Amino acid sequence: MQMPEPDRAALGQRSELVARFREFLPSDSVVVDEAALRAFECDGLTAYRQPPMIAVLPETTAEVSRMLKLCKAAGVKVVPRGAGTSLSGGALPLADGVLLGLAKLNRVLEIDYPNRAAVVQPGVTNLAISQAVEGEGFYYAPDPSSQIACSIGGNVAENSGGVHCLKYGLTTNNILGLEVVLMDGEVIRLGGRHLDQPGYDLIGVLTGSEGLLGVVTEVTVRILRRPEVARGLLVGFDSVEAGGACVADIIGAGIIPAGMEMMDRPAIHAAEAFCHPGYPLDAEALLIIELDGPAVEVDHLTEIVRGLCEKRGAVSLRVSASETERLNFWAGRKAAFPAVGRISPDYYCMDGTIPRARLPHVLARMAEMSGKYGLRVANVFHAGDGNLHPLILYDANEPGELERAEDFGADILRLCVEVGGVLTGEHGVGVEKRDLMGTMFTEVDLNQQQRLKCAFDPDGLLNPGKVFPTLHRCAELGRMHIHGGRMPFPDLPRF
Amino acid sequence: MRDDMKPLNEEHLRECVAEAVAGGAPLEVAGQGTKRGFGRPAAADRRLELSALSGIRLYEPEELVMSAGAGTPLDEIEAALAAKRQMLAFEPPHLGRIYGHAQAGGTIGGVFACNLAGPRRFRAGAARDHLLGFRGVSGRAEIFKSGGRVVKNVTGYDLSKLVCGSFGTLAALSEVTFKVLPAPEKTWTVLVFGLGATEAAAAMAEAAGAPHEVTGLCHLPAAIAMESTVDYVAGAGTSVTAIRVEGPGPSVEHRAGALKAMFAGRGGVEELHGHRSGEFWTEIRDVQPLLGRDRALWRVSLPATDGGAWLDRAMAETGGDGYLDWAGGLVWLAVAPGDDAHAAAVRQGLNGGHATLMRAPDGVRRRVPVFEPEATPVAALSRRIKEGFDPKGVLNPGRMVEGV
Ligand SMILES: Cc1cc2nc3c(=O)[nH]c(=O)nc-3n(C[C@H](O)[C@H](O)[C@H](O)COP(=O)(O)OP(=O)(O)OC[C@H]3O[C@@H](n4cnc5c(N)ncnc54)[C@H](O)[C@@H]3O)c2cc1C
Ligand SMILES: Cc1cc2nc3c(=O)[nH]c(=O)nc-3n(C[C@H](O)[C@H](O)[C@H](O)COP(=O)(O)OP(=O)(O)OC[C@H]3O[C@@H](n4cnc5c(N)ncnc54)[C@H](O)[C@@H]3O)c2cc1C
Repeated sequence: MQMPEPDRAALGQRSELVARFREFLPSDSVVVDEAALRAFECDGLTAYRQPPMIAVLPETTAEVSRMLKLCKAAGVKVVPRGAGTSLSGGALPLADGVLLGLAKLNRVLEIDYPNRAAVVQPGVTNLAISQAVEGEGFYYAPDPSSQIACSIGGNVAENSGGVHCLKYGLTTNNILGLEVVLMDGEVIRLGGRHLDQPGYDLIGVLTGSEGLLGVVTEVTVRILRRPEVARGLLVGFDSVEAGGACVADIIGAGIIPAGMEMMDRPAIHAAEAFCHPGYPLDAEALLIIELDGPAVEVDHLTEIVRGLCEKRGAVSLRVSASETERLNFWAGRKAAFPAVGRISPDYYCMDGTIPRARLPHVLARMAEMSGKYGLRVANVFHAGDGNLHPLILYDANEPGELERAEDFGADILRLCVEVGGVLTGEHGVGVEKRDLMGTMFTEVDLNQQQRLKCAFDPDGLLNPGKVFPTLHRCAELGRMHIHGGRMPFPDLPRF
Repeated sequence: MRDDMKPLNEEHLRECVAEAVAGGAPLEVAGQGTKRGFGRPAAADRRLELSALSGIRLYEPEELVMSAGAGTPLDEIEAALAAKRQMLAFEPPHLGRIYGHAQAGGTIGGVFACNLAGPRRFRAGAARDHLLGFRGVSGRAEIFKSGGRVVKNVTGYDLSKLVCGSFGTLAALSEVTFKVLPAPEKTWTVLVFGLGATEAAAAMAEAAGAPHEVTGLCHLPAAIAMESTVDYVAGAGTSVTAIRVEGPGPSVEHRAGALKAMFAGRGGVEELHGHRSGEFWTEIRDVQPLLGRDRALWRVSLPATDGGAWLDRAMAETGGDGYLDWAGGLVWLAVAPGDDAHAAAVRQGLNGGHATLMRAPDGVRRRVPVFEPEATPVAALSRRIKEGFDPKGVLNPGRMVEGV
């Protein structure tokens, strides 16, 4: 993975910019000290590290706006950062860029229960939103496993999901309004407590835009009433195929569970050893199904789902009898990543989505690849929606293993696309998958996406080097014809 | 008026757009043309009709996904889904009838291009929440695609959201891929009689905030309720507030019972069972209570708890008639068209919301912004987006905003 050569002109403006930032920010909000900058040098994708030129930590929208205006005028790049938990390197700093940390914008501004909405600043963590409204029996539905740490601003930028997305949607389906600062410092407000926007759906494209289009400074989210009852089923199967077929049976019967997650044998064993949730160690595949809603409904559906699992030859089946037991079922799944971390010095987490029916084929091909690369894989996935998280186990101290793991991961993602799926289901493209974008999109498709970027940020200063394999210039994209992907100005730096 | 064009396949569609680009002759993009009266009249003298790009191309009920040519009739899609006991959860309205069309549903491409959603919107999302991917031709005469066929996908910008509600001004869609969901086993509706609009908005907020998973909440003033074809509603002789519950049989019966108990002290309470419920919500969805063609029609989206008071005021000031949907967050209002369809009175007090002039004579729709005008920086951004997709302005110019 290659990042661009730092721009000397930008580096030369460092002290001038620092002085200008300090005119309106307290000095501890403008970080220049080398040791302190190292705190920002990577996000959750720790294989890539790069301290920023400067880090700025504003506390208000006006400060964000002023700071962006200065960077725009100076032609200096800006990388927004929430909590830094991105797994695709979306918040990886640039050596010649300013890191814009949003963690200090961390207040819940307003909760409007009758309209089922909450207005929060971007640095509020995902879990804190649910905690702020739980007293009245409400919650915020999208629940990434990182919810204790990740920020709602980062969730918007990554369109994050979690186990409840099958029934309750992703971030994009749960956002009502945004305040956004554009690269030129302009503050725009979109949506609010009403539904749907006139004009183009800018909230829709900003969500999942990985910090490339604008900086989110306020979010209005939809909050939901907590369901009366939630119940878990823990079902073991003697093959992944049987587990997969059971998932199809349940959906085919018209039931959309609140969550439906699957783990394969290596993941079951790692999780059991890590936190002892009582998983069946003789199963090849474990399905965790959660049903929620009114008690009568959950009772009724539990019996139907139980019947479907038995018909598919479940080797073990437990229904949670208490809230503690239900949470215990999830404990192993939610700790799957650290659990795998204990059985291998390093692991590389992939994130592709496939049409669910292709699961057996994809798992068989992955097993072949595992042999070819000589690296083990553990699988945990969102079975309900086909989002896979193969964890490739490797040892970074062994020469060549990191590269092998990366090649293996890229092969898995290509396979996902080949069977009709996509490169990333929830972690984003970031720097990690940007060079694979061409496996899913044509040059024409990518140029059209770039033109959207140009409408927001014509100079390409906001989080450049992420998502797109080549850095097209807005001016040349403005022409009507770009032939066969041939690049004008071949001597300009590309990524 | 030159000849209309009716491409037979995607490549042919691209050629049609290329010809328009070369000749500088803008196109009015249409499916079956059922919603030509929606939006501003396009400043184009040729029509590009996509109805031949028709047919369901992929339907996998267990994967909850369908792909179809953008010109496929909505009726055909809904029939195929019903055969597998599935549905479009966003409940697209069949709006053609308010514009005097017999084929009310139009095409699936039109449904997404107009981002139409019915009574289930406040719970299940809009059309834009269900579009997974599309193929189409930009105003650069380039075939491009975005998204895919899987629910979880964050690969690149979500252009599917952008084309929803873009009224054919960014791309002529050739194919759409969308999420489908199981149809509920049972649908019941609890009716509460005699509430005023403000009281009704509060009652609806209460029902929506209760754990009974209601999927429809609307309020009809007495005069509108009387027009219903559903006996229990028309015969009420007073206003009707309706609360829909859907799902497995035992759950629906239980929740309907709980809701009846919740509102029992506040007016008469009745329930509508399966068939009657179906008819009632179809009426609400398709705006049938305000069908009369002589009046202008507004569709107003605002914070749900404001809906009741807003409706009362707007009716008093304009002499119009209206009703509430989306738990109070959507108001349908019919008024005398006049010169400006009472635009100033309608666009007041929206508290961040927006009003769309859904139906009015062409002249009125040229004079009055059909869509709520955007703030200046947002309008500038929208204009740059349009230029990125359609620099020569050949696709539906002026349909959304004058001169764009
Ligand atoms: C253990 C673990 C488990 C995880 N599980 C899940 C999961 O289940 N589901 C899931 O979807 N993800 C998951 N993630 C990934 C990650 O938590 C999410 O992508 C999250 O949304 C990132 O939020 P953040 O605040 O940490 O953002 P950061 O990592 O700081 O930034 C992510 C991206 O968002 C941009 N950004 C951040 N804030 C803003 C803003 N205010 N305005 C504009 N752009 C901004 C950044 O530039 C960057 O491109 C997991 C990560 C970890 C480490
Ligand atoms: C004592 C008694 C009291 C009653 N009280 C009421 C009452 O308060 N309110 C009331 O509305 N009815 C009432 N009925 C009428 C009775 O409930 C009807 O037969 C009703 O249609 C059955 O509803 P369901 O929800 O049980 O059945 P459903 O299974 O929902 O429907 C019954 C039939 O209608 C068909 N159907 C359902 N929805 C649709 C649709 N959208 N389009 C076309 N066909 C459809 C179904 O296929 C099925 O054949 C009462 C009947 C009795 C005997």
